[in-house]
Amino acid sequence: MAERYGAPVGADRPSRGQAVIHPSPSRWLDVAAAARADGFDQLIDLTAVDYLTYGADRSLPEGVQPERFEVVAGLMSHERLERLRMRVQVPADDPALPTLFDLWPGSESLEREVYDMFGIAFEGHPDLSRILMPEDWPGHPLRKDYDSGRIPVQFKAASNVR
Amino acid sequence: MSITGTVPAGEASPESAETGMPAGPAAGADRVSRRERSAVLRMSEAEAAEIGGDPDDPGDDELVLLNMGPSHPSTHGVLRLMLELSGETVLRSKPVIGYLHTGMEKTGENLTYLQGGTNVTRMDYASPLFNELAFSLATEQLLGIDVPERATWIRMLMCELNRVSSHLLFMATNGMDLGAVSMMIYGWREREEVLRFFEKVTGLRMNHNYIRPGGVAADLPAGWRTDVSELIELIEPRLDEYDTLLTGQPIWRERLQGVGVISAAEAVALGATGPILRGAGMAWDLRRDEPYLFYDQVDFDVIVGTHGDCYDRYAIRLNEIRESLRIVSQIIDAMPSGDYRTQDKKVTPPPRARIDESMEALIHHFKIFTEGFKVPPGEAYAAVESPRGELGVYLVSDGTSVPYRVHVRAPSFVNLQTLPHLMQDGLIADGVAIISSVDPIMGEVDR
Repeated sequence: MAERYGAPVGADRPSRGQAVIHPSPSRWLDVAAAARADGFDQLIDLTAVDYLTYGADRSLPEGVQPERFEVVAGLMSHERLERLRMRVQVPADDPALPTLFDLWPGSESLEREVYDMFGIAFEGHPDLSRILMPEDWPGHPLRKDYDSGRIPVQFKAASNVR
Repeated sequence: MSITGTVPAGEASPESAETGMPAGPAAGADRVSRRERSAVLRMSEAEAAEIGGDPDDPGDDELVLLNMGPSHPSTHGVLRLMLELSGETVLRSKPVIGYLHTGMEKTGENLTYLQGGTNVTRMDYASPLFNELAFSLATEQLLGIDVPERATWIRMLMCELNRVSSHLLFMATNGMDLGAVSMMIYGWREREEVLRFFEKVTGLRMNHNYIRPGGVAADLPAGWRTDVSELIELIEPRLDEYDTLLTGQPIWRERLQGVGVISAAEAVALGATGPILRGAGMAWDLRRDEPYLFYDQVDFDVIVGTHGDCYDRYAIRLNEIRESLRIVSQIIDAMPSGDYRTQDKKVTPPPRARIDESMEALIHHFKIFTEGFKVPPGEAYAAVESPRGELGVYLVSDGTSVPYRVHVRAPSFVNLQTLPHLMQDGLIADGVAIISSVDPIMGEVDR
């Protein structure tokens, strides 16, 4: 099986021209550090997907255990004009990953957004707090079991808030 | 509101040679980690409220915590900044966002690929066509379809004009934020002419839903060449007027030069793209470095700054308008004839007239507008160079006609992270110039 930075390379072809690797959660930081050292100087994007109700084949490479959550990070190497996508499986019973903040400080807002929307904790993050929702909001809106139609409009003066 | 005890008063912070990140106020500056030296004020609402309970009337040596926004005329919508001030100097700050958050990514999971454009176009409302373009490119990657040449050239034409109108809006607001109020009128005036052309082509001034998976919604109207040529003739001399009004003007230079400086290394580390990155001296433009559409067939320059200050970011945007007009005039000559959308019957609805005479056309029309077209399972990321930087759309499909996940990598959202670093050790008045020069669109930040 093909590997890069010690992580399996995605399926049998790159995803539409962009290389994909699948690090395991325990090696997430090591693989990211190896990519950083190899010239991927910018963290372009970091997001997550909740695969709870996904109905199709996820075409993960052999040896990668599918889990409910997947954190997807997009890296850019300006020198080589190359992109790399890292997809890591995050289990539902322990949704946590080490933060990438020390490698790319630009991950701060992006990880806060993933924490806010999916409830995935980033260990070691300097300020892991909600970023888009109010601080006291219950639940994580982009999870698939979070119903989009049930939250009433919130008025601060109303006595029956939620 | 005054802060006592919790926030140690900081000296002017030295630049850290090791990390390239500006060093923030901290006790024992020699042995602090990068986190503690940060320019970002990492304080929760609860902590801030607690400090707010302290008696007012701060002494000379005390730090003040001040809220700027969300309804402040210079915060471009509903951006709120929590500022830690020593006198009028900003020490640390924190952008507080989410006031426009309406869960558009969640909404996107309930709309078909054809409807998705109406959703994403409302994110960056100053450059809606770029949102549609990135969404369409990602969808087309998953579908594996090709778009006719004319459709691609139309997309380029519309996007470059949109870049012009977006940067004109920046010119207007940047001028207004700095007290050049007449500039605001001029910027809006020229932008309106571009929007008038958009209305003629798409039917709407904003939120067009014009670029769709498979092509564009309608062909260019008759006489578009004249309209576009007139636009170029109108705007180009006006740009020279802006130069006279602002660029060389001493007050303008005084307000912008050396304000809000960021280095290329810092900008890259913080994920910044677009004029912020180029202003810091890094020649990086996806149109040139990762060509999409037909940008490899037109001739244009990537505008780069040297100092990474507000003035460079202003000058870059002004000259990018010129480059965009240069591209537009090349597109006028290059525009081929042909289809404006793919003839793939599964993606493109049939012409209205065909529905009356063909059963298949009726079925296809019905299927596309009720169920939508199915997209093969998989994931795709498509990025374009929006006026604010890299605008990316990450799509996950499970094989149905509705995306399983729509994520938009909004340039404003990421660029906003540079704000505390740009504002650190500057004055509040400069903060206004800095917010303006980052040019955040809050609809895109909050989504």
